Amino acid sequence: MSIFLNENSKVIVQGMTGSEGSKHTQRMLASGTAIVGGVNPRKAGTTVDFEGATVPVFGGVAEAMKETGADVSVIFVPPPFAKAAVIEAVDAQIGLAVVITEGIPVHDSTYFWAHAQGGSTRIIGPNCPGLISPGRSNAGIIPANITKQGTIGLVSKSGTLTYQMMYELRDIGFSTAVGIGGDPVIGTTHIDCLQAFQDDPETEAIVMIGEIGGDAEERAADFIKANVTKPVVGYVAGFTAPEGKTMGHAGAIVSGSAGTAQAKQEALEAAGVRVGKTPSETARLMRDIVG
Amino acid sequence: MDLFEYQARDLLASHGVPVLPGGVAETPDQAEAIAREIATPVVVKAQVKTGGRGKAGGVKLADNPEDARARAQDILGLDIKGHITHKVMVAQASDIAEEYYFSYLLDRSNRTFLAMASKEGGMEIEQLAVERPEALARIPIDATTGVDTAKAAEIVDAANFPAEVRDQVIAIAVALWDTFVKEDATLVEVNPLAKAPDGTVLALDAKVTLDANADFRQTGHAALEDTAAADPLEAAAKEKNLNYVKLDGEVGIIGNGAGLVMSTLDVVAYAGEEFGGVKPANFLDIGGGASAEVMANGLHIILGDPAVKSVFVNVFGGITACDAVANGIVSALRILGDEATKPLVVRLDGNNVDEGRRILAEANHPLVTVVDTMDGAARRAAELAA
Repeated sequence: MSIFLNENSKVIVQGMTGSEGSKHTQRMLASGTAIVGGVNPRKAGTTVDFEGATVPVFGGVAEAMKETGADVSVIFVPPPFAKAAVIEAVDAQIGLAVVITEGIPVHDSTYFWAHAQGGSTRIIGPNCPGLISPGRSNAGIIPANITKQGTIGLVSKSGTLTYQMMYELRDIGFSTAVGIGGDPVIGTTHIDCLQAFQDDPETEAIVMIGEIGGDAEERAADFIKANVTKPVVGYVAGFTAPEGKTMGHAGAIVSGSAGTAQAKQEALEAAGVRVGKTPSETARLMRDIVG
Repeated sequence: MDLFEYQARDLLASHGVPVLPGGVAETPDQAEAIAREIATPVVVKAQVKTGGRGKAGGVKLADNPEDARARAQDILGLDIKGHITHKVMVAQASDIAEEYYFSYLLDRSNRTFLAMASKEGGMEIEQLAVERPEALARIPIDATTGVDTAKAAEIVDAANFPAEVRDQVIAIAVALWDTFVKEDATLVEVNPLAKAPDGTVLALDAKVTLDANADFRQTGHAALEDTAAADPLEAAAKEKNLNYVKLDGEVGIIGNGAGLVMSTLDVVAYAGEEFGGVKPANFLDIGGGASAEVMANGLHIILGDPAVKSVFVNVFGGITACDAVANGIVSALRILGDEATKPLVVRLDGNNVDEGRRILAEANHPLVTVVDTMDGAARRAAELAA
């Protein structure tokens, strides 16, 4: 098992014909993902040749789903058009929409999240690297060759820290690693992933990576205390971040006394989560549990 | 981006929110001229992006234009919590019968927008929220439907605004929502929203925060940036499209990915405790590419910081391969030539790491030390900066 994405997932790419979209479609294909189509209204009816596959381009998400049975869309559409792309995926009732695009105005992401409520689409992102169930499927930009299938579940706000952690624990392997993104408003949260990992029989332990800004980690800590019986280790980035400065990710900002790394670490530790001081120490804590 | 009060006021006024006449001045002469154009008395207010201006002597009444000039003279240059006052706003003074509060903001926790309103304005809203939470109405706003007159009435009634101002506040609530959405704001706050003795409701002070991600469609927002106050290194980095934040330490940091760079700062500060409290000098995320040009631009900015004593380049080759990063570092050092004078500690890991380390070993640059682990490299960089 894995969460949200498995060997049966059929993936389409919105924005496949753009430079990022085509580069990463090639990488997803190379890692064994079933890419069944791309979406671009201006290039509908054409095909795109990748190494080892020819992928048809459809005019819309609904049409692509009807023709291919796709249940996952990975979205590389640039910020000015991302809101419409996500709404289209939601309206087509695709099961999973993975929004890679960085730099979407928060009014747009808040709008499409509200629009998706009550519907059947799980949104991951925006401003995220996507998710990978190693050996099964890869939806997004996470490098597939770092690690293998295994028993750790990982949820992280940060892309490169996800890769770093996957690398440190590459010999144990991962059921699924989910990059939920660093924007102030995101679709799938730490809590959603913790719940899914708790329910996934293959996942034995969970690594949770957070960073400054908002209160998602504090809420996750409350959730862990009440609902998660599997061991969780944590890491929080941004102890040295000054107040009021955005640290790369749009959501990574300490506002007044809110959103500090210190508060997040304390909340997690109070919930019984062992929190590493560095990524390497966090990996060692995980090794103590599953090693 | 947080706006100055006068910018927020102009933005609100352009969306139909009632404000008093006034203008912004950078000199006492300009302040006097503005006071001549509007009815006196006037209020002269320091334009700084922090609270507590009144207590710091940054808000003064003036009875006539000469007096406005003298008050501006007092306030310009004033240091308010580390913010130097370069501008004052001169606005018509109003007697206040009642003070209210109204804001829209992004509620991250609930992934929605929130209206907050109270008929008890004037004080710090955080204080009101703690001391008298029942006096602060909090109404979630569905982003897909927004605030029309009916929704505005719901907010105004939830906050129990007096009947005689209800219609005015409803109209203002709609105009504030228009500002919030059309300007891509994450905060629009009016405190106080005041009732004058004649019954007119006006925005007397305003705070607005704008979303930088929306700059592509908010072409007017670039002009609102306070370029004078920007750190010169941050401004130079911005020109090169680098994601750089100046900090006050000694170890320059370059990394790829916001999370990894934040983590690098922490690991350096942690290692630095051992060396007399050495700290990171900056945040710099060069993103996925790590080309020679980007690496050279990044090093150029960091080496331009006189506080920097060593540089830590921390790259995880995920999408980018380490050999490309290593070539980028070698070429960047060639581009920089004599400008590169500080020791560089490099940690590479991930894709093609062996080839990357081989390239750096072969180049054998006298300034470069390669350390295999992030924790070990942080320690070495801190030691070199001590």
